[in-house]
Amino acid sequence: MVLRIATAGSVDDGKSTLIGRLLHDTKTVFEDQLASVEKASLRYGDGSLNLALLTDGLRAEREQGITIDVAYRYFATPRRTFVVADTPGHAQYTRNMVTGASVSDVAIVLVDARNGLTEQTRRHLFVASLLGVKQVMLAVNKMDLVDFSRARYDEIVAAATQHATALPAPVTLNPLPISALLGDNVVDPSDNMPWFTGRPLLEQLETLELDDDQNIGARLSVQWVIRPYSTEHHDYRGLAGRLTGGTLAIGDRVRVLPGSQQSTVVGIERGGVAQETAEPGEAISILLADDIDVSRGDVVVSVAASKPPVVADQIVADVSWMVDKPLEVGSRWIIKHLTRTAKAFVSAIETRHDVVTASQHSTERLELNDLGRVHLNVSVPLVVDLYDDHRPGGAAILVDEATGMTCAALMIRGFEGDLG
Amino acid sequence: MTLIDNRLDSVHNDEGLDELEDEAITIIREVAAETRAPVLLFSGGKDSAVLLHLAAKAFRPGNLPFPVMHVDTGHNFDEVIEYRDRLVKEYNVRLVVASVQASIDAGRVVEETGPRASRNRLQSVTLLDAIAEHQFDAAFGGGRRDEDKARAKERILSFRDRFGQWEPRAQRPEPWNMLNAKIRTGEHLRAFPLSNWTELDIWRYIAREEVPLPSIYFSHRRTVIERNGMLLSVGGPVVLEPGDVPFEETVRYRTVGDASCTGAVRSTASTVHDVIAEVAAARITERGATRADDNFSDSAMEDRKREGYF
Repeated sequence: MVLRIATAGSVDDGKSTLIGRLLHDTKTVFEDQLASVEKASLRYGDGSLNLALLTDGLRAEREQGITIDVAYRYFATPRRTFVVADTPGHAQYTRNMVTGASVSDVAIVLVDARNGLTEQTRRHLFVASLLGVKQVMLAVNKMDLVDFSRARYDEIVAAATQHATALPAPVTLNPLPISALLGDNVVDPSDNMPWFTGRPLLEQLETLELDDDQNIGARLSVQWVIRPYSTEHHDYRGLAGRLTGGTLAIGDRVRVLPGSQQSTVVGIERGGVAQETAEPGEAISILLADDIDVSRGDVVVSVAASKPPVVADQIVADVSWMVDKPLEVGSRWIIKHLTRTAKAFVSAIETRHDVVTASQHSTERLELNDLGRVHLNVSVPLVVDLYDDHRPGGAAILVDEATGMTCAALMIRGFEGDLG
Repeated sequence: MTLIDNRLDSVHNDEGLDELEDEAITIIREVAAETRAPVLLFSGGKDSAVLLHLAAKAFRPGNLPFPVMHVDTGHNFDEVIEYRDRLVKEYNVRLVVASVQASIDAGRVVEETGPRASRNRLQSVTLLDAIAEHQFDAAFGGGRRDEDKARAKERILSFRDRFGQWEPRAQRPEPWNMLNAKIRTGEHLRAFPLSNWTELDIWRYIAREEVPLPSIYFSHRRTVIERNGMLLSVGGPVVLEPGDVPFEETVRYRTVGDASCTGAVRSTASTVHDVIAEVAAARITERGATRADDNFSDSAMEDRKREGYF
C-alpha cells in the first residue's frame, strides 16, 4: 500500500537533503538526474554532491538554496511505494505544510539538533495534529554536528513529548536521531550512535501501520450527470462521482441530500463497466430506480449509513489562512465543499490558535499563516461531516471572488441549523 | 531484492493502477463541470493516449463533452498522424488542429534557423493563439510530476495569466486535492490528471487497458544520426551537419514530440510487455534520454513552462 509522507522543518533543517538521501540510497535517482545534480553542485555549492538539488527544481530555489514550493516525489522499495510531499519551511510555511499534511498519512518533522525545538517545530506538530495526521516521525537531524550526543537527543525528544500533550488532537511521536548529510539512520543504521536501538527511518516507514478508514456509510457527491441522449441509452441518467465512506451495492436504498427523496441503486458502473458493488475511493456512476431530480452538488447517501452527513448552512471550522489579505468578521468568500460551490459569510472568529504555546487567543482577524476557528453562514445548505469523522465531507476551501485565489483550508468541527 | 527487481515485480500485477485511474477520472469530471469550454491536448504521444482513454471512460456511455486539440508542428512522424486520425474516429471526438506552420506564415513566430533549429518552442505561441481563438478556458494535458524537476512543483490545476505564463511562486494550494477552477476573463488553466503517474504506471496501464499507440513506440529499423548521445531520425526535419554519419539502427521512441528534437533509443522492445521490462530497468529518465530541448540548461523546462509551454 502507498504511504503518503509530508516532510516539514525550518529553513536549513535539511529536509531536501533528507529526501535527496532517501531517493539516492533507494536507487531512485536516475543517472541523468544525478549528472545534472553534480553539475549544479559545482555551480551553487562547494562542489561536494548536494542532494538537496534533487528536489529544489526551480531556478530561484537553486540560486538561494531554499525550497519554495511543495514538491512531490515518488520512490519505492521492495516493501512499499512512497509519495513524499516536501513542504518548505519559510514564507507561506503554514500554507504549504497544511497542503502537504492534508494528503498525508505520516509527517516527518525535522529538528536541527543544534537548535532544538523551534517555533517552526511546534507549528509543524500543531498543524499535523489539526489536520489529523496521527503519526509523526520526529527526526532529530544534524547529529553529526553535536558529536552524536545522546544527552542532546534525549533533551529534544523530552521537549517534543511535552509539547505533544498540549496539541488539539493526539499524535504518536516516533523519535530518531539522524544525519541526512552522512546517511546515519536514514536507510542504514548508524555506526556513530550505537546507543540508539531503534530502526532507521526508511525501515520504520516501510512497516508503519495505519488505521483503516472508518466505515460510516457510503456517500457520493455528484460531480456530473451522464445523459447520453442516444437511442441506445435513451433514459440513461448516470450520477457520476467518487464514492467515500463505505461500500455501495446494487439494491441499496439511498437518500439524496439535501432533501427527502429516496430511491434504490439499480446500476453501478466504473469506467463504463458494470459492477455489483463499489468501494470507497472508486470513481463510479450510479443509476437509480426512480427518475428523481438530482444534480451536481447533491449527495447520495446510503440509508443504512451508521453516521450520515448533516445538512447545515452554518458551520464552525478550523481554518488555515493562506493569503496576504486578512480574514475578517463580516467578510464574504466563495466556499467549495465536496462538489458544491456557494457563498460564505464570516459571522464570527472564535479564536486564533497560538501554535507555539498551543493556546487560544481572541482576535478580530486572521492573517497569512494564521490558524484559527471561525463561524460561517453559507448561502445554500451543505451536506457536511465532522472532519474527524470523514475527511472528504469535513473539508472545504475558501476562494477570493476577486482574484480567484484559494485563501483557506477549512476543517469542519461543528454545525448549526441542522436542516436534515 | 533490488529496486529494479521490485519494479519488474510490479509489472506483473496492476497494483495502484485502479487508484490512479479513479483519481484521474475524478479530476477530469471536476474540471469539465467547473469550466465553460475545456479542451484535451492530444500530441499522439503515450501520455495523451492514456489521457484520452481516461477521459472517454469518465463520461461513458456518453460522449466526451469536449474536443481534443493537436498542436501540429508540421514536423510529424507519419505514423503519428495516421494514428491520431484513427483514434479520433474510434473515440468519436471532435478534433481541432492548431498549426505551427500557420503561425509562421502569419508572422506570429519566426522559425529558428540553423542545423539545430526546432519547432518545439514555437508550439507555445500556437497553443496560446488557439486557446484564445476557440475561447478555451481549460486545457487537459498529460504532464506528470516525475518527468522533470519543474513539473514536480506544478499543481494539478495550473493557472496561466492572460499572457499564458506560469508563475510557480503564485500557485494555488490544493489541500485534500480539492480543485479550485475559478479564473478571470483572459486567463485559462491547464489540468494535469496524470500528475501522480510515473512512466512505468503509464506503460502498465497501456498494457492493462490495451490502449492503442503509434507504431514508433516499438522497435523498428530506422536511419539515424547520433548527436550528443541522442539518436535523431534522418529524412525528416533534422538537418545534417558536417561530420554527421547516418547509419541504420534498431530503435524505438520513448516520447513522441517534434520530429526535429525527439530522439530514439536503441531498443529491441517490440511489445508493450517488452517495453515495460525495459522501462523498469532504465537508469535514465525519459526526458533525459530523448529530448534535446531539455538538455540545453538546468532550467529549460521551467523556462518553457513560464512562457506557456504544456
